[in-house]
Amino acid sequence: MKIALTVNGERREADLWGGESLLTMLRDTLELPGSKNACEQGECGSCSVLLDGELVCSCLVLAAQADGHEIVTVEGLASGDELHPVQRAFVDAGAVQCGFCTPGLVVAVTDLLARTPDPGDDEIREALSGNLCRCTGYAKIFDAVRLAAEGR
Amino acid sequence: MCLSSPVDVHTPRTLDEALELKAALPEARFVQGGTDVMVELNFGRSRPPALVNLAELDELRGWSSEDGELRLGAGLTYTEAMRPELAELVPALAEAARTVGSPQIRNRGTVGGNLGTASPAGDALPPLLAEGALVDVASVRGVRTLPLDEFLLGVKRNALEPDELVTAVRLAPSGGPQTFMKVGPRNAMVIAICSLAVIVDAAAGEVRASFGSAATTARRVTVPLAEAAALPERVADAAAPIDDVRATAAYRRHSLRVLASRALERCLRS
Amino acid sequence: MSVTAPRTRLAVGKVGDRLLRDDAVPKVRGEFDYSSDLSAPGMLWGDTVRSPHAHARILSVDLTRALTLPGVHAVLTHADVPGRKTYGLEFPDQPVLAIDRVRYVGEPVAVVAADQPEQARRAIEAIEVEYEPLEPVVDMERALEQEPLHPDRPTAGHGYLDDPRPNVVRHLVIRHGNPDAAGDVVVRGEYEVGIQDQAFLGPESGLAVPDGEGGVDIHVATQWIHVDRDQVAPCLDLEPERVRVHLAGVGGAFGGREDLSMQIHGALLALHTGRPVKMSYDREESFTGHVHRHPARIRCEHRATRDGRITCVRMEILLDGGAYASSSTAVASNAASFALGPYRVDNALIEATAVYTNNPPCGAMRGFGAVQTCFAAEAQVDRLAEELGIDPVELRLLNALEPGDTLPTGQVVTGSLPTREVIRRAAALRIPDAEPLPRDPLRLPGGAGNTTRGEGVRRGVGFALGFKNICYSEGFDDFCAARVVLRADGGAVVHSAAAEVGQGVVGVILQVARTELGTDDVTLAPAATASVGSAGSASASRMTWMAAGAVRDACRAALEERERRGGGEVDVERVYRHPRTTPLDPETGQITGKRAHVALAVAAMRVVAEVDVELGLSRVVWIGTAQDVGHAVNPLAVEGQIEGGTAQGLGLALMEELVTRDGAILNASFTDYLIPTALDMPPVEIELVEEAQPDAPYGVKGVGEPPTVVSTAAILSALRDATGRPLTRVPVRPDDICL
Repeated sequence: MKIALTVNGERREADLWGGESLLTMLRDTLELPGSKNACEQGECGSCSVLLDGELVCSCLVLAAQADGHEIVTVEGLASGDELHPVQRAFVDAGAVQCGFCTPGLVVAVTDLLARTPDPGDDEIREALSGNLCRCTGYAKIFDAVRLAAEGR
Repeated sequence: MCLSSPVDVHTPRTLDEALELKAALPEARFVQGGTDVMVELNFGRSRPPALVNLAELDELRGWSSEDGELRLGAGLTYTEAMRPELAELVPALAEAARTVGSPQIRNRGTVGGNLGTASPAGDALPPLLAEGALVDVASVRGVRTLPLDEFLLGVKRNALEPDELVTAVRLAPSGGPQTFMKVGPRNAMVIAICSLAVIVDAAAGEVRASFGSAATTARRVTVPLAEAAALPERVADAAAPIDDVRATAAYRRHSLRVLASRALERCLRS
Repeated sequence: MSVTAPRTRLAVGKVGDRLLRDDAVPKVRGEFDYSSDLSAPGMLWGDTVRSPHAHARILSVDLTRALTLPGVHAVLTHADVPGRKTYGLEFPDQPVLAIDRVRYVGEPVAVVAADQPEQARRAIEAIEVEYEPLEPVVDMERALEQEPLHPDRPTAGHGYLDDPRPNVVRHLVIRHGNPDAAGDVVVRGEYEVGIQDQAFLGPESGLAVPDGEGGVDIHVATQWIHVDRDQVAPCLDLEPERVRVHLAGVGGAFGGREDLSMQIHGALLALHTGRPVKMSYDREESFTGHVHRHPARIRCEHRATRDGRITCVRMEILLDGGAYASSSTAVASNAASFALGPYRVDNALIEATAVYTNNPPCGAMRGFGAVQTCFAAEAQVDRLAEELGIDPVELRLLNALEPGDTLPTGQVVTGSLPTREVIRRAAALRIPDAEPLPRDPLRLPGGAGNTTRGEGVRRGVGFALGFKNICYSEGFDDFCAARVVLRADGGAVVHSAAAEVGQGVVGVILQVARTELGTDDVTLAPAATASVGSAGSASASRMTWMAAGAVRDACRAALEERERRGGGEVDVERVYRHPRTTPLDPETGQITGKRAHVALAVAAMRVVAEVDVELGLSRVVWIGTAQDVGHAVNPLAVEGQIEGGTAQGLGLALMEELVTRDGAILNASFTDYLIPTALDMPPVEIELVEEAQPDAPYGVKGVGEPPTVVSTAAILSALRDATGRPLTRVPVRPDDICL
């Protein structure tokens, strides 16, 4: 089946076999491999995208459900060479080690700061509780969030 | 990238369309929030011939309140359940929503999904059961309503006929002090080892408790207000927990007792 | 809390600067190519048939149905392996594809390649394997009495103690002083450690591309591209030069990528089909696709004098290595060598035995044997402190191991080991006051579960000390090559096979090169076996030391060469070796030369935890640590390693365990194999203790493992303080606290 949707501001079309997730479609069909496939069960958040402005795990969205909707992925955050402030903050705070969790986190943090421009520590932790990181222990990720929040 | 045996995905725009599809395709699976169905699809555990996408149905969205009766659309998400207006009416459901996974899961997981999956661990189920919720079910043959405790039949088994769909859950919020608690081995993102909703309904003169993950379905226990102190033991007695990879039966029973005692204290004090 | 950091440029710094990573930019943009992101035109997808039995004979394999399915290009078994049929990190005891027997659930039996992943999956399901299940060996103690799983005894000899018991991978005995020496006080304990998983986020994956001339290029996430090549080539019956391994983007490793995953399988399929083949495990498959941390049973006896001197320690360590040897022989050695902890003990008897079972294979995981023993030894030291009525920190200071002291292996501690300084600095960190009630449930044990408003909550403070070796041991000829090209225009290119697994070694390499060459114009070429010699493994906290040494030497040699020539392009490669080590004597476990270990690093940790003792739920509130880091090449990265390593130790303490039954993993998913979330990790206050390691480049030391070694023990110390329970097993289950 064919669907049409907006991804990162651009109209895209895709041919689906039906049972694939939005994540699989983004990575394999639309050639946007930025969203990651660490678990494909909604447990790790590495596949996080914005669906009509809402933070979701793209592995839990049926690709066909995205028909006619708007998706923003990590690839849609920067403006050309200019990093999004959240991306900039992750770099500056040393919050990136292997980086596999980073795309999902960057999207989740972008969503958090859009809703809560000046989050307290608990709000940050709760908002990021759906994003697993195995390398950093989260400390510098929290630093990145605070840095990004300050910069707004 | 088409496969030799693709899956047909149907996206009905009206409830009637959805019901007609399900009647014509009894083997089709519904998908809305996807938090259960997609996991099975992603790992090849389920290969339905067709999928019916409910995400565009207005009839399942949101909630309404009329004459003291609250109607929650099957498509109501956990995030929506946490919003102040609704949280005020069913605080235990809002608390349960807060314990659910992550913002990502809360934005997609639905009440209807909890009912459709009928897992004994479904987080929305204890608060709804404790309030004596009714489940509205529809098919091309018409609509019917049944109490939630009759809807939940066993582990991942519910009373839906192959052509039926949950459209809403209705309850008359008692407005009494209530709470929801969930035990898990880490501080976030856990399937409940056990969970408990407790409501003190002074008007009805009773305390109602409903637990999850300690029997084949969520279960309710009711005690007269005057015998509230007996609640922890009554809950422990009503539980039929098992040993599994997450916890032991002994621990489940013990922790339900502790939760019930604390919940009572919380509700009676407030 | 405000964080100031340079905002515009990526600092191109020198050794000792706080630097930002070059690779962070593509990573935050989602443009960094991990092995699971690779693709090539005409690519096929590979998949693997895995044994559902922990132990079985293979009676027949029927491929006919799979071969007829649409899109399937190849279906291969052991018969299609052209060269050597087995491989292994240290001993080639592991079949590429099972031959007549399977020894663990998940053991690969056949592989397929198809046009689409779904088609490959269906082909897998269509392959019919007839098994005759055999009784699995699943208890590590009983294994020593049951039928040998490897009757040909692949690890026998090799300079190890000869142990005729069945299923012994290695038995090591360390006899130091007089193991019968007495003490005024004796503390005995038995401890158990469950199976921890590395749980790196990036799935096992890679792309094998045939070169059209019988050779193959393998792009894979791994920790050591050269040892991968050296295992792959003989199985393909190819010369090493015809198997070129390229490091693809790695999504974390922590020891779990030391052993091969899809490398040989992918290459076989690629060569067979003449097409590129991509293989990528999903999370469930990943759990059986790599080795895990050895579960352990440890029996200890600690004797001390009334005034707190530890006089004698006896420890018996049993490690379940699972179905294949992997690096179990080295894990056993490490566990034994560092079993006592960083204390001066004149008398000891330490025995470590690693066994074969039909449980999931175990191998390297950050900490490598020292994690398990530190947990046991530190519990013992706390108990001694209690028995003696001596403050636990004082007791550790009293017995602290320092340079000039002797390890139980007879090695005299040389180089830097500021144990007392580390203890003092950690102990001096101010612990936060208890937070008053009421609190948001997120700030109480049970967290988002809303289980307490303060009822049942007790606070505990704990302390622990741990150490381990830095670099490889026991005579392993470890080296690292680096190649530097000085271009005529003044810029430079560095070639290094050092695996960037997230730890930041690419940053170290660039820092060293820029420091040595005095120019910022340095780029790092992609890591490939064809372009430079082996860098050794990103393991044993060795990579910074070894890469820094190699790059430094190659830079200096390049500058000398350019001067000698009077300018122009220069291309030199140098090999760096650390000071030599020799094996331990198989009978006594004593050093046969000057040292069995290159260097040591020590860390101390203080933990504040709150426990809901009625529900058995714990919350770590604060962690403070001091670590001996030699010289921090990039303090920002060092902190990141300490914070991350501590999180993994917290996971083992509170929530991480692979649950098995008859050798099958019951919780092969992130739903039930739980790793710490943002709500589980407390702030970590860090003191970097810098005392240069004399024989290391720039005085560096590895930093990745010590925090993982000490954190589990430190957290347990706090939990015992809060609950009064002995807590002799990790991960702690709620039942252990409240029932």
